[in-house]
Amino acid sequence: MIETTARPARRESAHFEIGYTRYLDPDGKLVAPLPPGLADPVRAIALYSALVRARSFDQKAVAMQRTGRLGTYASSLGQEAVAVGAASAMRPEDVFVPSFREHAGQLVRGVTPRELFLYWGGDERGNDFSGPREDLPNCVPIGSHAAHAAGVALAFRLRREPRAVVAIFGDGATSKGDVAEAFNFAGVWKLPVVFVISNNQWAISVPRRNQSAAETLAQKAIAAGIPGEQVDGNDVFAVHAAVAAALERARAGGGTSVIEAVTYRLGDHTTADDASRYRNDAEVKAHWQEEPIKRLEAYLVALGRWGKDDQERLLQETKAEIDAASAAYLATAPQALATIFDFTYANMPADLQRQKDGALASAATTPVKG
Amino acid sequence: MSEINLVQAVNLALARAMADDEKVLVLGQDIGINGGVFRATDGLLKRFGEDRVRDTPLAEAMIGGISIGLALQGFRPVAEIQFSGFIYPCIDQLANHASRFRTRTRGRLSCPMVLRAPCSGGTKALEHHSESNEAMFTNIPGLRVVIPSSPKMAYGLLLAAIRDPDPVVFLEPTRLYRAVSEEVVDDGTALPLDRCFVRREGTDLTLIAWGAMVREALESAQQLEARGVSAEVIDVATLKPLDEATLVASVQKTGRCVIVQEAPLSGGYGGEIAARIADGAFSSLLAPIQRVTGYDTVMPLSRLEQIYLPKAASVTTAAERAMVYA
Ligand SMILES: Cc1ncc(C[n+]2csc(CCOP(=O)(O)OP(=O)(O)O)c2C)c(N)n1
Ligand SMILES: [Mg+2]
Repeated sequence: MIETTARPARRESAHFEIGYTRYLDPDGKLVAPLPPGLADPVRAIALYSALVRARSFDQKAVAMQRTGRLGTYASSLGQEAVAVGAASAMRPEDVFVPSFREHAGQLVRGVTPRELFLYWGGDERGNDFSGPREDLPNCVPIGSHAAHAAGVALAFRLRREPRAVVAIFGDGATSKGDVAEAFNFAGVWKLPVVFVISNNQWAISVPRRNQSAAETLAQKAIAAGIPGEQVDGNDVFAVHAAVAAALERARAGGGTSVIEAVTYRLGDHTTADDASRYRNDAEVKAHWQEEPIKRLEAYLVALGRWGKDDQERLLQETKAEIDAASAAYLATAPQALATIFDFTYANMPADLQRQKDGALASAATTPVKG
Repeated sequence: MSEINLVQAVNLALARAMADDEKVLVLGQDIGINGGVFRATDGLLKRFGEDRVRDTPLAEAMIGGISIGLALQGFRPVAEIQFSGFIYPCIDQLANHASRFRTRTRGRLSCPMVLRAPCSGGTKALEHHSESNEAMFTNIPGLRVVIPSSPKMAYGLLLAAIRDPDPVVFLEPTRLYRAVSEEVVDDGTALPLDRCFVRREGTDLTLIAWGAMVREALESAQQLEARGVSAEVIDVATLKPLDEATLVASVQKTGRCVIVQEAPLSGGYGGEIAARIADGAFSSLLAPIQRVTGYDTVMPLSRLEQIYLPKAASVTTAAERAMVYA
């Protein structure tokens, strides 16, 4: 029999730790000096405006869904700072690879609210957006876009371009093989990609603790040889600073990063979900104390850079913009029937053309309601 | 007695199977406290406990693989894939493993498991939530593929699937979930697998459909009746293995058929059925076999979805085309 208790003294073969960064606490007080760029109040006001704009879009979208004018919608209430912080750290020529809850970032990238309404209203033209043309559309199959991000980053590397990729996905997505595989590949080749985990504590009804036994999701990076860190995902400064540093490193050839932005989903998973079935109000209420917008507003007010008038003007301008976008979306006629065929292939195959002709002919005799 | 809809019938069958056999386990995303995004597993966690009703992390390949391991150990896992559009990572597990253990080990090991997945369109859902990908599974030897079209069918077929000793992909058309209610007797009686169901008898023509298309076929049969055409409607229900005999016998009787599928035309299961009928009922055929299908396009988003979906009216048009042949 082998004695199993007696083992030689072990030396440490690897060592890692995961850091957590926050600048702005939930009360809006700075707990660490801001990096130079972010200390400029003009920058802070721009970030604040982006957060407010995203939330305003969100509220409108939910209201429109409730009244039957939009499809199922995934709100980002409470976690806007993750996408805003990440997208605002990017350059236009970088590529944004979102999941499906990152409209706050898409808006920063220049996708218009009308285009977002179109997408969520069930019109593919919303994906043919006026934001950066190489940005990817939403990815609904969870986590499968992580590898696309690594592939895009490999293309940048092959062309020796000083560009980088930001991909965002949720805590749930980190359980997918796709994500581990993408980390792994990007790590091996030190690709210029920043993976942002938007950890909002829930994957529909599955809480973070049942998603993974790991203490942090950021440490999943370590296994791929990538640095991983946590930031306060409700502190837009922390997200922005971490992503900006990671992008700079990526462009300089320093490789991949994983940033776990710790946030909270204040709303239902989507408009089709009823979160009261699986999580209690007290938890949600407590997290309202930490949401990203109030703390930044408190910070700006304390700086003396934001007053009641500023707030009112911003809300009014934002509301006007979103209302106009929603009206423009509603006034957009559905696409022609033919379009369901036209983008299947670059060149219309004869076989599909026959199907299209048949569809057009039968539509002419039996009109279908859309 | 109260009437229940299709998703309630699924729930009833799951509860019955779990009560009858403690080896039956339920797993998947959001199937525990949330009761599944469609509520198919509502109440099961409370009634049967966490050991038998388990929320999994978000990974379909893993759900398939875990189910295989449990099944190899004699459990009867019934896993939910949240939508059939998210089942693709799991196909490795189905095609390379679940369907092959019996053959590879010459019967020593087998996988009595069920993968349930909501499927098909018509509910204005998001991208990837409206797929009709059943044909893909029918091309995997060793798998059974079942699609119910009514609450009764869902109850009886799901019980049969769970009790069956081999892996079953059980696809549930989302737009039927709450479309109709009927009385379902919860007496634990399973329906047979490998059987097509004659849902309406007729003499002039056979309409063949499965899943959500059965409703369109039945509606078309009514339209045809008003025009003096007697249509027989067959619900294929268990696509694989196929009950060719029932289909062939019907077409031998009627001489004409229309096959209706929501899936795209090319490579769809309707092609398989057409070939079987062309072979088995060749000398009885009075008209070319007709197919009414979705197009060879990506499933459109909600605004154009209705244009994609085959409708009773198109079935009737195809039937009339077949009736032209004397
Ligand atoms: C591969 C796949 N499986 C299941 C789903 C259904 N689904 C949509 S969102 C979601 C939870 C995602 O959780 P997380 O990654 O944390 O992102 P969050 O929704 O919290 O933003 C699930 C299970 C899906 N879209 N894709
Ligand atoms: Mg989440």
